[in-house]
Amino acid sequence: MRYAMAIDTKKCVGCSDCVVACQTENNVPIGYCRDWVVEITDGTYPQLEIEIRSERCNHCENSPCVRCCPTGASHYEDGGIVTVTHNKCIGCGACIVSCPYDARYSHPEGYVDKCTFCLHRIKKGQQPACVEVCPTKCMYFGDLDDPNSDVSKMLKKRKYKTLIPEAGTKPHVYYLI
Amino acid sequence: MSNTRRDFIKITSLSAAGLVFGGHYVHSAMQSKRLALGGDAGPSRTPTYCEVCFWQCAGWVYKNEDGKIQKITGNNDDQNCNGRLCPRGTGGVGMYYDEDRLKTPLMRVKGADGKQTFKEVSWDEAFDFIAEKMQKIKEEHGAECTALFTHGSGGKYWGDMLKAFGSNNIAAPSYSQCRGPREVAFIATYGEGLNSPEPLDIRDTRCLVLIGSHLGENMHNGQVQEMSDAIDNGASIITVDPRYSTAASKSKFWLPIKPATDIALLLSWIREIINNDWYDKAYVEKYTYGFDELKNYVQPFTPEWAYGITTLKPHHIRESAREMANAAPSVIVHPGRHVTWYGDDTQRLRAVAILNALLGSWGRRGGYYIPDKLSLPDYPHPEFPQPKRTWRDVTNGKYKLADLALASGVCDATIPSPDMDCNIKGWIVNGTNLIMTLPDQQKTIDAINNLELLVVVDTMPMEITGYADVVLPECTYLERWDDLRVAPGRNPSIALRMPAAEPKYNSKPAYWMAKEVAKRLGLGEYFAWETFEEKLDWQLKQVGSSLEEMKRIGVKNLPREYGNLFYAENEEVDFYTNTGKIELYSTALEAEGFDPFPVYTPHMEPPEGYYHLNYGRAPMHTFSRTANNPNLTDLMDENAVWVNPKVAKEWGLQNGQPVYLQNQDGVVSEFPVKVRVTERIRFDSVYIVHGFGHADKKLSRAYGKGASDSQLITRVLMDPIMGGTGMRGNFVTFLFEKESEVQS
Repeated sequence: MRYAMAIDTKKCVGCSDCVVACQTENNVPIGYCRDWVVEITDGTYPQLEIEIRSERCNHCENSPCVRCCPTGASHYEDGGIVTVTHNKCIGCGACIVSCPYDARYSHPEGYVDKCTFCLHRIKKGQQPACVEVCPTKCMYFGDLDDPNSDVSKMLKKRKYKTLIPEAGTKPHVYYLI
Repeated sequence: MSNTRRDFIKITSLSAAGLVFGGHYVHSAMQSKRLALGGDAGPSRTPTYCEVCFWQCAGWVYKNEDGKIQKITGNNDDQNCNGRLCPRGTGGVGMYYDEDRLKTPLMRVKGADGKQTFKEVSWDEAFDFIAEKMQKIKEEHGAECTALFTHGSGGKYWGDMLKAFGSNNIAAPSYSQCRGPREVAFIATYGEGLNSPEPLDIRDTRCLVLIGSHLGENMHNGQVQEMSDAIDNGASIITVDPRYSTAASKSKFWLPIKPATDIALLLSWIREIINNDWYDKAYVEKYTYGFDELKNYVQPFTPEWAYGITTLKPHHIRESAREMANAAPSVIVHPGRHVTWYGDDTQRLRAVAILNALLGSWGRRGGYYIPDKLSLPDYPHPEFPQPKRTWRDVTNGKYKLADLALASGVCDATIPSPDMDCNIKGWIVNGTNLIMTLPDQQKTIDAINNLELLVVVDTMPMEITGYADVVLPECTYLERWDDLRVAPGRNPSIALRMPAAEPKYNSKPAYWMAKEVAKRLGLGEYFAWETFEEKLDWQLKQVGSSLEEMKRIGVKNLPREYGNLFYAENEEVDFYTNTGKIELYSTALEAEGFDPFPVYTPHMEPPEGYYHLNYGRAPMHTFSRTANNPNLTDLMDENAVWVNPKVAKEWGLQNGQPVYLQNQDGVVSEFPVKVRVTERIRFDSVYIVHGFGHADKKLSRAYGKGASDSQLITRVLMDPIMGGTGMRGNFVTFLFEKESEVQS
């Protein structure tokens, strides 16, 4: 089982609903976030293009953050989800520096926090909060090993890319382009 | 006049309480709480419908194991949201937790030194004062000299109280400052308005045409969702906007039109579609009136003619017209929502309505569907008395085609004038920050200075509360019962809102306030229910449901009563117009002395060094009301002024540099706003998101953040047909420092 997400940049409007839904679902303190929206404008007036995408931890198959964690707090859960065991984390911040996607932040309570793909929801058979709330339905979540999962179907049907592939992290968040 | 002059009072007496609760709030947000076991299907959820904007999506409020409100999610059965709230709805929790909320009733008092301050009073004191003042106004001037301005659920109760009192001066800025011209234009053409949510079958459309409408940035939830469905289905989008909006970036055609020239483009499109025989001949013949006259009328409006006006290349005009025609009748030329732009707005929306008729999209799949709405009986009450003078009298016989009261008209009627026989003396302002909502702020303040009573009902201290005689703190929608939501849609539906938590502080629901004031005015029989639950249960039982059932399901969709969603082929349709047809040629406008066809008139151009002031929405904010919401401010806490790089170079402006904006009348923005240098805007325009630049210090997160477009809208272009206040005739230039700062 390999959990992954595909995000359709053609549909995302950058409303940030994923950000606020994540905050209220996961008690992320105001001023911090586990996911965020990037908007890139290309071209000159009037020949323009924008790519809008919702970003988060890529739950990489080859995660520098897991490798560099001195206490084992950062680890893989079933399905390849990268999480942090809060009470094992000493807040050293090595993982924050090692992440090429800047996906981790230091929680004011002293540990490092990040996206969990809403593991607590997945266990109940639900979708991650960001996927479930998105008004444009631009996010797809599921198991890459299951050819009938939403995410497998979208990756079969559409062109896609990952972020900073040259870092060799094998990210599990795909962007449909 | 001087004895009623109001000094703006900043609500300072509440700061201590604010700090206490602020600390509490931070604590609760930082605690890592898991949801109570049982998850999303558990018993800890409470039904509501959202009040952060007017879309009123139905949802569920969840609490954590400590019984505190944690999150709000959409109700899967709700047609307005399909289980997905927008960022504002999801962030609605911030409205409840905002520590800057109004906390207790306040009354304006004058100290021995003449200084006016707010004093905390009991609810009884506040209501006694209001009732006494209203009686005095009734005796001296007439009951109809008390008016209500409203936005949101509370308006119904205050409106009923006022109607029982003898006034129907009940106005919503959402009409004359927003969608009014659109309603009048569609009534003139099709015999009916569009209301809210608009009956657009976007999910099935093959071509969506957006004219100045920036769906995706204005987060009209159901429409944004359906636009996304349409993209999935391969529909094409045509966006007409001086700014490369988010929707423009999803479009096959972006037409960066010169501001204020939309009617020229529309007329040219109409000509192309007629002259190329691309219109729906059978539909036009069967359903419309005035086609031959229209054909003759539009002959001069070639794409080449429009090019000279709009700066849009003729081949782009032709190709985009072709695109619409290829998709017809599954095409929607979107009517927009905030359409009070240049004063000829009813005529512009008439052109939109005509274009839709030529393409045959009204009543067709992928076009405009026929909405259905439940008719829900009122809880029994005595008949309302006939008011001696109605809201039509306050506009002095002007704007006869307006179908609702004009907020700006009622505001004008508050300033004494020899040709008015009724001057408004009392205002109740419910949930609308008139200072930011009505154009020409000075005029609003002049009107306020002529009042004998100003009551403001709100959850937050807003600019308008500073001018109030009495401030009534309303609890948020998460803490109260409200009337059932009865929205038009593909199916009739009802939604329930019930309290998920006790009201914080000393705040109360508006229905209770209105009933208490009514009782003191001897009008208690109009609010005969004991509890609000009793009233809701009675109403629900009339339509085959019950409060018990609605508490369980939140939303109930009912079968359609008014036939099909779309016209059948060759169906006989009688439109509610003078001719019984879709009026391409408007007999109603002609009868009132207006042009029966839309006419393009050139508008003023910005002087050298000035730029069109365009404004719009951000998806995470609603008007100016969410600017202090902790969750939403976290996503966006200030606006920026969008400037084309060529303009920035000319002025030496850098990205992120703070500047003041000064308009054509010399009004300078109260606060500086940061420059955003971007290719996404024309060189003759700047753009800011509406709702920022709050001047009330009690809004601890919003105060002084960004610039207020409302402050800079001092030139108002009145729509002679229905009294809408066009707000896009304002121009701004950049100042590097404020003159007052230079002098001091």
